[in-house]
Amino acid sequence: MGKEPVAVVGIGQTKHVAARRDVSIAGLVREAAQRALADAELTWVDIDAVVIGKAPDFFEGVMMPELYLADALGAVGKPMLRVHTAGSVGGSTALVAANLVAGRVHGTVLTLAFEKQSESNAMWGLSLPIPFQQPLLAGAGGFFAPHVRAYMRRTGAPDSVGSLVAYKDRRNALKNPYAHLHERDITLEKVQASPMLWDPIRYSETCPSSDGACAMVLTDRAGAARAPRPPAWMHGGAMRSEPTLFAGKDFVSPQAGKDCAADVYRQAGIADPRREIDAVEMYVPFSWYEPMWLENLGFAAEGEGWKLTESGVTELEGDLPVNMSGGVLSTNPIGASGMIRFAEAALQVRGQAGEHQVEGARRALGHAYGGGSQFFSMWLVGAEPPTT
Amino acid sequence: MAPRKPSVMRPAREVAIVAFGQTRHQRSTDELSEVEMLMPVLHEVLAATGLKTSDIGFTCSGSSDYLAGRAFSFTMALDGVGAWPPISESHVEMDGAWALYEAWTKLQTGEADTALVYSYGKSSPGSVRDVLTRQLDPYYVAPLWPDAVALAALQAQALIDAGDTDEPALAGIATRSRASADANPHAQRGSSAGQGDYAVRPLRRGDCPPVGDGAAAVILAAGDRARDLCERPAWIRGIDHRIEAHALGVRDLTESPSTRLAAERAGVFERPVDTAELHAPFTSQEVVLRKALALGDDVEVNPSGGALAANPVMAAGLIRLGETAARIHRGASDRAVAHATSGPCLQQNLVAVLEGDAS
Repeated sequence: MGKEPVAVVGIGQTKHVAARRDVSIAGLVREAAQRALADAELTWVDIDAVVIGKAPDFFEGVMMPELYLADALGAVGKPMLRVHTAGSVGGSTALVAANLVAGRVHGTVLTLAFEKQSESNAMWGLSLPIPFQQPLLAGAGGFFAPHVRAYMRRTGAPDSVGSLVAYKDRRNALKNPYAHLHERDITLEKVQASPMLWDPIRYSETCPSSDGACAMVLTDRAGAARAPRPPAWMHGGAMRSEPTLFAGKDFVSPQAGKDCAADVYRQAGIADPRREIDAVEMYVPFSWYEPMWLENLGFAAEGEGWKLTESGVTELEGDLPVNMSGGVLSTNPIGASGMIRFAEAALQVRGQAGEHQVEGARRALGHAYGGGSQFFSMWLVGAEPPTT
Repeated sequence: MAPRKPSVMRPAREVAIVAFGQTRHQRSTDELSEVEMLMPVLHEVLAATGLKTSDIGFTCSGSSDYLAGRAFSFTMALDGVGAWPPISESHVEMDGAWALYEAWTKLQTGEADTALVYSYGKSSPGSVRDVLTRQLDPYYVAPLWPDAVALAALQAQALIDAGDTDEPALAGIATRSRASADANPHAQRGSSAGQGDYAVRPLRRGDCPPVGDGAAAVILAAGDRARDLCERPAWIRGIDHRIEAHALGVRDLTESPSTRLAAERAGVFERPVDTAELHAPFTSQEVVLRKALALGDDVEVNPSGGALAANPVMAAGLIRLGETAARIHRGASDRAVAHATSGPCLQQNLVAVLEGDAS
């Protein structure tokens, strides 16, 4: 007896903004969940279990917030699981929910991820005290900048590539009504003239701090048959982890990312991701991670990722669009960012992505990573049900 | 909005606990990091099965950043696991019992045949009574800092008022648990500890769990793999968990409907059980759980001493599953129920039925 096929039949997001002062944490998550239920034309009673994820509890100052959120998410009397795998958590949360369906433990599952960053300051939440981390690594940017430098040195990529990614993603965000940053007057020159924060990462090449939530309704074959709109079908999903710090770690292209992608492609029967995948929602919190992950995910040969970016292949109208929604660079409620990637990939193959829809998208990849590039979660969704 | 009544689950795949290890729980482990506390336990379960990290199909852990006092505290434990080559791995910010549930689900999909589950918690660096107040509604309740002992005392008083128990009966539960713990080399508190003074009326010190540090690990395996790895696997015949409303004012604290629902779905009531390991950090909570699980006097409850003898936060629930499995492994039990809880006053509860093959 094989796995039960998993379908995404409902997707909901909040309008992501710097501070949602009009709602509590409970109000924020409920808004996304209700939109996902409305999309699936289901009610709270139809949900068998709830799987919730977010990044560290310290960001909002609530320990194990799923306890307090049980009521807001209609979970009373139901199973509720709380996933936490650092920045990859939004993706991991969706995969845990998908396993409940695939393993035939539950028929229809609500999964949700959120962050209300305005309740705290993530920059300092991510600046761990000695002895847990070296001093002077302010926030995530300080941690990742040296690895971007290593990538540039290794591949000979010109300095301009990072700003191209940021310019593209911020323009894509203008087509996505839920995106946080809507910079209507954005130009490439403005990106390049923005202050240097962690050399070589400029202010406009970094993600914002957002309040937001994302929810999905996942269901089995019978649930999909009743869905009012086309479902997105899961063709593959995987998580991989490796240690944060050890001598053999390649911070530019971690082995765990390569292995995770290979597992997803194997499950989905994909031999040539560059040709067989129509659109990618990739976790790019700092612009240079687009060319880096293009290589890590097998879309480009080693050292060639920046050439794809530079030639316009990853533009919305390009041959392999990346971050059609505007990506993490335009919207970053940290704990939800991975799930937004997964949900946006699903929107694409459902043909529901609105102005940022890639025409004829049949297969899309959602990607998330976290920690010191040591946690990876990905899924590949398609417009057709899986054949195996 | 009444939830649908759950029917008894029939897991697609037979999965068993094949190994269990835990630390000797202590009041304080200043000399050890969380990772150092965990490592011997990981090595113990791997050695018991002869498996290496690279043989394990899926790894899942449970812990809390709030105990460690830092964000992403679980990431360092992963380095200790030796996640190289990269592993398939996940983490719940919950008691390890829920990590076991996630791993069991993964095995149900057929994507893995074995799983390593671990959890750990160090309460000693801070005041766990204060820390747990941060679990409460952050806008209306947490700012008042009502601590876990005070909330449990409310529940105990409600039980006494309802005629479900009285102080001597609670003392009896405490005495029995601590006496059982004398035979448990991992326990933190044994029969030499008395009931003591009131902590928060009507609960005395002996009605409350000791504060301590500890870790636990379990290995799960499916089907024939389990039979290869363990002489008498502890088969998980059913496992389910349910959550209740958060606010204490909307709950009847003398009942545990979530335990009852989870037990129905896990199949507890299909046949008698001989043993129950209950995660009841307070004596009064054992009263609630016995009622929800309809446990008779013939059932041996908490032969390990339970959470009243050792309560390493985030591991204590997983330990209940492990202790139950260990009894089945050594032939002391044939059909047992294991329970874990989370949240104030038994808000969230997990129930599993474990069985050994007929010998």
